[in-house]
Amino acid sequence: MKELSLNILDIAQNSVKAKASCIEINLDETDSTLSISIKDDGCGMTSEQTANVTDPFFTTRTTRNVGLGVPLLKLAAEQTGGELNISSSVSPENHGTVIEAVFNKNHIDFTPLGDIVSTVTLLIQGAPDTEWKFTHRTGEGVVSLDTAELREVLGDVPLDSYEVVRWMEDYLREGYSDINYNLKQSE
Amino acid sequence: MKSLEELAAIRDRMKDKVVLREGNGQIRVVVGMATCGIAAGARPVLNAFVEGVSKENLSDKVTVSQTGCIGVCQFEPVVEVFEAGKEKVTYIKMTPEKAAEVIEKHLKGGNVITEYTIGNAIS
Repeated sequence: MKELSLNILDIAQNSVKAKASCIEINLDETDSTLSISIKDDGCGMTSEQTANVTDPFFTTRTTRNVGLGVPLLKLAAEQTGGELNISSSVSPENHGTVIEAVFNKNHIDFTPLGDIVSTVTLLIQGAPDTEWKFTHRTGEGVVSLDTAELREVLGDVPLDSYEVVRWMEDYLREGYSDINYNLKQSE
Repeated sequence: MKSLEELAAIRDRMKDKVVLREGNGQIRVVVGMATCGIAAGARPVLNAFVEGVSKENLSDKVTVSQTGCIGVCQFEPVVEVFEAGKEKVTYIKMTPEKAAEVIEKHLKGGNVITEYTIGNAIS
């Protein structure tokens, strides 16, 4: 993966598949670290699944016996001296999953975040009935989007209608430019 | 600055359209968005379809959606086109440029671009 935002796009799909009704994506950035956490209230995983999910040869996929999503994120974090943590449980029911990856931004092997705006808008476009809460805290300020707030305004208009997708994209891009966060710097 | 008022304006414009759209969408464009697809460049391809379908005013008959691994990871990014009464068309090794071509020739014009399909690549 050339950008961490692609890993986020990949991993958050697991939460959609876990039938989560609410998915939170939190990015916390300091001068030296980036922490990515994806939290859902989906079906969760058993302790055996949770223990094995970082193993590339463990997958729920039926098309072949390789699952690289979580292992790739783990690799991207560990190669910067960071780490990946997962907690998940199937009981009590729909306890959900939290996956958190911490990166050292100044490490030479740090993968840039890249086009996070595309990732967020396409995730929402692909699962418009899910509630998405995106928050990116940086030293310069915060960029966030909460689909519950949009839904309140939009009523019956679905979040995947193109005009809404476009609005979300422009909204986020403007948010980043307001805090002078250079999305390009990480490409 | 993008505001929630602007979103309200979109809602008002969309109200009538939403009713129209239901039950429609005779053509379904599905982009493989599993690890394999994403790593191979599916995100800009999906973006190109979402944008292009709207720009060409095809939203009434074409829906763009995402799916997991289609099972032919070596050919990613893979895009499938489902049309009622017709055989499924599988496009492989897609790019945003090829996506624009598919929108123009296939979705608008009704002509499958055989050159980009999986059958063509295998034979």
